Amino acid sequence: MDNVLSIILQRLALGLLTLLIVSVVIFTAVNLLPGDFAESILGQGATPEAVKSIREDLGLDQGPVTRYLSWLSGMLTGDLGTSFAQLMFQTNMGGAGDVTVVDQIAPRLSNTLFLAGVTAMIAVPIAVTLGVLAALYRNTVFDRAANVMTLSSISSPEFFMAYILILVLAVLNPILPSLSNIYDGMSFSERLEKTLLPALTLTLVVTAHMMRMTRAAIINLLASPYIEMARLKGMSPMRVIVKHALPNALAPIINVIALNLAYLVTGVVVVEVVFVYPGIGQLFVDSVKIRDIPVVQACCLIFAAAYILLNLTADVLSILSNPRLRHPK
Amino acid sequence: MNGISRRGLLKTGVAAGVLGLTGMPLRAQTRGGKLTAGMGGANTSDSWDGRTHSDIFMIASAHGTVFDCLTEVGADGTLKGELAESWEASADAKTWTFNLRKGVTFHNGKSFGADDVIASLNMHTEEGAKSAAKPIVSAISEMNKITDHQIQFVLAAGNADFPYLMSDYHILMFPDGMIEEAIQKGIGTGLYAVESFDPGVRMVAKRVPNHYKGDSAGFFDEIEYIAINDNTARMNALMTGQVDAINRIDFKTEGLLKANPAVRIQEVTGNQHYSFPMLTDVAPFDQVHVRQALKYGINRQEMVDKILLGHGQVGNDTPIGPANQYYAADMEQLSYDPDKAAFHLKQAGLDSLDIDLSASNAAFEGAVDAAQLFQASAAGSGININVIQEPADGYWSNVWNAKPFCACYWSGRATEDWMFSTAYEAGVPWNDSNWDHPRFQELLLTARAELDSDKRSEQYGEMQQILRDEGGVLIPMFANYVQAVNNRISSPDTVGNLWQMDNARMAERWSVA
Repeated sequence: MDNVLSIILQRLALGLLTLLIVSVVIFTAVNLLPGDFAESILGQGATPEAVKSIREDLGLDQGPVTRYLSWLSGMLTGDLGTSFAQLMFQTNMGGAGDVTVVDQIAPRLSNTLFLAGVTAMIAVPIAVTLGVLAALYRNTVFDRAANVMTLSSISSPEFFMAYILILVLAVLNPILPSLSNIYDGMSFSERLEKTLLPALTLTLVVTAHMMRMTRAAIINLLASPYIEMARLKGMSPMRVIVKHALPNALAPIINVIALNLAYLVTGVVVVEVVFVYPGIGQLFVDSVKIRDIPVVQACCLIFAAAYILLNLTADVLSILSNPRLRHPK
Repeated sequence: MNGISRRGLLKTGVAAGVLGLTGMPLRAQTRGGKLTAGMGGANTSDSWDGRTHSDIFMIASAHGTVFDCLTEVGADGTLKGELAESWEASADAKTWTFNLRKGVTFHNGKSFGADDVIASLNMHTEEGAKSAAKPIVSAISEMNKITDHQIQFVLAAGNADFPYLMSDYHILMFPDGMIEEAIQKGIGTGLYAVESFDPGVRMVAKRVPNHYKGDSAGFFDEIEYIAINDNTARMNALMTGQVDAINRIDFKTEGLLKANPAVRIQEVTGNQHYSFPMLTDVAPFDQVHVRQALKYGINRQEMVDKILLGHGQVGNDTPIGPANQYYAADMEQLSYDPDKAAFHLKQAGLDSLDIDLSASNAAFEGAVDAAQLFQASAAGSGININVIQEPADGYWSNVWNAKPFCACYWSGRATEDWMFSTAYEAGVPWNDSNWDHPRFQELLLTARAELDSDKRSEQYGEMQQILRDEGGVLIPMFANYVQAVNNRISSPDTVGNLWQMDNARMAERWSVA
């Protein structure tokens, strides 16, 4: 177990380093974009004086290195800063009201996590079951149909799947609402109903990957001698797969599930826009549009952290699921 | 009611209060029910601070629902009193006395009076405030409270449009002494009080029981505005009945909306226009004949047909549109005439003309295509336009007002003086053609302080004529405001054309069918 613990610590340290590099990359990338917050918020009103006054207010007149370091030192003390848009608003109001980036992101992030959670609840069982069944009935009509369907849904752009679902489930057969504008104070069932359509869209997008991996991992094992042994003992094919093959195939399956869960947090931008779902993806897009660097940075760090943590979880789980890795010689 | 013309109301608004209260109901409007509208133009950084408002979501929520201004522009373009009952000007249009409505209370119970007006106006000029209405308010040199319900404004220079300017959506009335709280919670005097507000997501408001506008306005019990910035999502929401009304219809899918019997499309031409300004102090645009050659070399109708897909009206190189009071509708229309263009080019002493036209879709949707249409239509007259596609980012700082010839858009202004003094007065920062015409400038200053509306009509007519004949801004088209409403909601026959969604006042004017 010490081994696992040291791996976790090592990975966490590496993860922090990755986050640092990500933050530098994002900061540089946003600064490379033409225009800045002052210009984009003023639009047509971007007279040189107005731009200058906003830049001075927000500290945008300082060099990029100074700005990055001051952001970094703030972040190390747990202060992600305040979004430029909010700062503008506060100088207008004479300093009142202090909505930080964290206050802005927290409700959005919890919405996104809710959507990811609902999607995972639907997608993971479906994908794994389909994968096991496809392995069991491999090369049959069922296997092919499942493959064709999941592969075509992953091959289509997300917004296209979203519109198809809206057409079928909201316009032609008004079962579900096409608008997923959830808000505080909604009952859980209402919230669930509103979230269902985006969750189904995401399910279509992530299922293929997980299902194919499950199927491949199991089929890979079916050629092993111990599976043959199990078969010779007279076990039913289902039992062979679920009891003997699946546990050994868990590592790659867990890996791909973790990767897809990370995608559910970071890759929902398009789906959130199509369904008007107030998640972090929409906030991210809005902030990039107006070059609101503090919010963009925070969102990116959250995305990167989600990837790193889920990958770490996947690695740890695959070690735990594999006795050979659990007890190395 | 026909006796009261819009112009007659300008000088003395005594009858305005009566007008505002009776509201001339054309048919009985049902009270009750809920209006759910999906609108683009929302932002996470939205707040109840009127100084920061620039797009329809907050304008409809604040100006049209929760807050009031001193005056209000009706759907037919007449100026009515809102929190002001009546007003009167001195002969030089420098001193204005406003009588405020009595018995008005804010949503928190505080009663409305002259102090609130002064505090609300001061918000725009206070240190560090970045208000779009700053030029309007800083033109007031003195504000004197005469009684609790009478206030006198002394302007630095006479301005006959002053009551009009007080209807601007930035100049909302906040409760004195609790402005910060009011900005945080949305406490106004409007027909509806805020229930919940989630910036960039949703706004819900409930009808105030005993409102001063009484039964003549605000027919719904509840208003819900949902932020839907994505065009397709907005249309889906309307088609599936989740919202009753949406703004900014995507013209490409308009056919689908028309095919839906439960939905109707509202379309009005206002002052929103797309333009190609040229710097009139930079060669070759400093020559009047070159500008005239370009005026005849542009095919306006083709642009309305192809860029706006018919949802607009040809422009006559003046920024004054159908929603303006002194719009010169009968002025002869400039039209595409390659021979005349070639003729003016000759007059300028040129055989051919090579110019760069900078465009980006940041200026308006389809600006690059419009520039290319211009290029094609002008080519026959010896005008060679080189279209330069500029990056959308930084367009307003690096290209507009900097490159000698580019694409631009204006949402227009409610009054002629406001529009001209924003973009055509010599020396102002947004004068995007560096326009400096002695006669025009003289007329601008005279008309501003002129209270006689016949004289103003003449003066503004002449100014439009000057712009049409010599001006440095090509205005080929006025773009319509196009929105859609389902049949659950009834709206008056006349829909406001100053701004989208019935001048953003659907909460006040529409009702359940």
